[in-house]
Amino acid sequence: MNSRQKILDNIEKNKPAFVSLPDTKNLFATGNENVVKKFSEVLESISSTVKKVNGWQDIPDEISGLKNNGNYVLNAVEEINNDREIIINKTKDELEKSDYVFIKGEIAVAENGAVWVTEKNAANRLLPFICRHLCLIIDSKNIVHNMHDAYEKIKIDETGFGVFISGPSKTADIEQSLVIGAHGALDLTVYIIQ
Amino acid sequence: MTVGLFIPCYIDQFYPQVGIASLELLEKLGCRVVFPTKQTCCGQPMANSGFDHLSEGCNKNFVNNFEGIEYIVCPSGSCTLHIKEHLHYKEKEQEAERIRNNVYELSEFLVDVLQVKNVQAKFPYKVGFHSSCHGQRGLHLSSMSETMQPAFSKPEFLLNMVDGIEISHTERVDECCGFGGTFSVFEEAVSARMGKDRVAAHQKNNVSYITGVDMSCLMHLEGILKRQRSDIKVMHFAEILNHG
Amino acid sequence: MKEAIINHAQSAKQFNTDEARVNWHDETLWMVRSKRDKAAKSVEEWETLRSLASSVKEHTLSNLNEYLIEFEKQANKNGVKVYWAADAKEHNEIVLKIINEEKISKVVKSKSMLTEECHLNKYLEQNGIEVVDTDLGERIVQFRKEIPSHIVLPAIHLKKSDVSETFNQYLGTEKNNTDPQYLTSAARVHLREKFLSSEVAITGVNFAIAETGAVVVCTNEGNADMGVHAARVHIASMGIEKIIPKANHLGIFLRLLARSATGQPITTYSSHYHRAREGASMHIVIVDNGRSRQLANENFRNSLKCIRCGACFNTCPVYRRSSGHSYHNAIAGPIGSVLAPNMDKQKNYDLPFASTLCGSCTNVCPVKINLHEQLWKWRQLLTEEGYVSVGKKMMMKIMAFVLSYPLLYQIAGKSARFALTYFPFMLKIKKINPWYVNREMPQAPKQSFTSWYIQHKK
Repeated sequence: MNSRQKILDNIEKNKPAFVSLPDTKNLFATGNENVVKKFSEVLESISSTVKKVNGWQDIPDEISGLKNNGNYVLNAVEEINNDREIIINKTKDELEKSDYVFIKGEIAVAENGAVWVTEKNAANRLLPFICRHLCLIIDSKNIVHNMHDAYEKIKIDETGFGVFISGPSKTADIEQSLVIGAHGALDLTVYIIQ
Repeated sequence: MTVGLFIPCYIDQFYPQVGIASLELLEKLGCRVVFPTKQTCCGQPMANSGFDHLSEGCNKNFVNNFEGIEYIVCPSGSCTLHIKEHLHYKEKEQEAERIRNNVYELSEFLVDVLQVKNVQAKFPYKVGFHSSCHGQRGLHLSSMSETMQPAFSKPEFLLNMVDGIEISHTERVDECCGFGGTFSVFEEAVSARMGKDRVAAHQKNNVSYITGVDMSCLMHLEGILKRQRSDIKVMHFAEILNHG
Repeated sequence: MKEAIINHAQSAKQFNTDEARVNWHDETLWMVRSKRDKAAKSVEEWETLRSLASSVKEHTLSNLNEYLIEFEKQANKNGVKVYWAADAKEHNEIVLKIINEEKISKVVKSKSMLTEECHLNKYLEQNGIEVVDTDLGERIVQFRKEIPSHIVLPAIHLKKSDVSETFNQYLGTEKNNTDPQYLTSAARVHLREKFLSSEVAITGVNFAIAETGAVVVCTNEGNADMGVHAARVHIASMGIEKIIPKANHLGIFLRLLARSATGQPITTYSSHYHRAREGASMHIVIVDNGRSRQLANENFRNSLKCIRCGACFNTCPVYRRSSGHSYHNAIAGPIGSVLAPNMDKQKNYDLPFASTLCGSCTNVCPVKINLHEQLWKWRQLLTEEGYVSVGKKMMMKIMAFVLSYPLLYQIAGKSARFALTYFPFMLKIKKINPWYVNREMPQAPKQSFTSWYIQHKK
């Protein structure tokens, strides 16, 4: 008998009597909480920068500013003039040279500062992780209260890869001293479109 | 109301004053107290060491001693919990079940059954409260630092009725003292270390006494205090409630 | 029965010879526990979430084979290859075969307790594959040829001076530079090179979604994603118990996981892998390795609900004062002590006794595993099966005998023999009486309570 069948047979034989699944629809509705305020507070508490902008049209100016300071910027935001064609074809060694990266977030979560970014948003899966400075842009309309709301809104398998990103990469593996900037981005800026 | 007093073996042998205080306190509060004199041990030291299968003799003896007594009250959270969870006796299983459902740790009996509103006691000292795990997390004598629930404490509710007492809490308010029954000898190094940490936490608060619902934890802490030649004494909470 | 080869009590005693190290270990982990408390308090529905998480897992275990089949079907639909491994050996062979088929010799691996359990690194290295652990803590212990001492904080047994020494030796960092920021930057540079040059990335799995065939991996460092997206081949190893039925159940688990683990509201990255990108491949190895056996035992099956947050480690007063290596098992702490005897009773029968049964572990567990009750149950089962030392067995038999007979008990109590029969460790000799090493003996009073009662009340 192959291992697959052996494992499945053992489970069938050994599992407990059926227990029904609890209802997990519409959990913990959160009244009138100001999600933008909460989201911003949480982000700031996890070493991230929040910038409020009026619209997509403000992003190109941010990018130009960074470029003028000598930074290598890659922009994957479809709503504005972008570098998606270039990004898609870059090798990992080329992407590694990126200083700033701009990516649109689909949904953001107030309770934990997480932003849902898909492969489609990023153009290249490696992009949000390999850059030095990550900039995510989220429309304030798309900020929800908690993770339950977030999973109600996103279609999780719409693309092959999706990730909740909450803050810059970090570690505390040396004596529990928090160090911001581990293997992923060294810092995170979230632009909230009002 | 008839109460059968269940005195743990180590209290019987080493701390008779705790048994006496418990008995006098219950009588003061209007109970008729009986003490079945042929009781020995609840069987917990064996069971927690992996020898529950050897506790048959203890179980039989326990059921025979407390058969038919309405309330069984014990000045130890740990022993009470053991009876509540593990007392079985094939020949009188129904009675064993009744006993399991009617055994109370002293503070829960005073608060929940007798609904005591005041005690005539005076104890003008600063007292550190030690929260014993089996009473707290097993019998829910008080709220627990790990779970998100409103704060309460049955033993402290009673101690607060004592004149002049000042109760103090340590940092890590309900950390285990490290006694753990035979853990105290089989894992001596960790057990002693845990005890020393608890003692140090109480010393920080300049207490004169450490009290709690379990004399076993206090015996362990007392051993450490005495080795350190500390002035801090341990005292079971029943002794404080019975202190004139 | 022989003594366990390495015994928790002895290792813990050894650990306790360095008092300053114990202080630090205890205080640091307590700080993590305190952060967890604060994070849990900030969520009004915390206790309800725990109950829900527990119920979802209980349901899943009761229907596990069906969910695994559904998961496999969905994963296949996503173009993912699924493999089944009955034990550690088969798991390792499958992983090696995938690597060899791709003709690759360098592998990066993000944190996976399962691969630790299977001793995958050793196996791959013996077969000529370079494996680099990319989680910082795991890389540190890998350099030092140690195993993680904690499932979430793998190098928590080490001080920054230890790390500095190790990095000086392996990465050429400045001697005696112990700045965590500096050391972490050095590791970043070192591991960037590994990420960019490795074509296979192995990851663990935090959750596997039956409904969609995805695996979800949570990290703070971003090492899983750096590895996977930079490589051509992604191999994800998961225990059969990692399944959850639906994507929206992640809402419950992700709210609990990081808050329980480190007190963060969520890990930095919660990555959902459904399909490989174009030109790459994705493989999932589903591993049993004793889990379906644990499922058979009603006393222990619910340990399979574990989501590996490590909260039970941080709160355990014994773990904090004995350190992970004392548990001589890939998974230490209370949950390790519940899982290990199922794997090897002879090797691990000491572990369920490495606890005071205080119950704090059960209270912090986000999926409500009754850890301390399972430790108690293991004690009974192991002892009944003969996994106990002769001396302890003798002591308990004498105790049980004396305590079964009121008359014997009373005689023993009155006589000097009491000490020897009732507590054989009552003598004031440190060598044979562990109690007396750090504690004074209780003083025997003139009269027992029973004799006082007979004298005064009868």
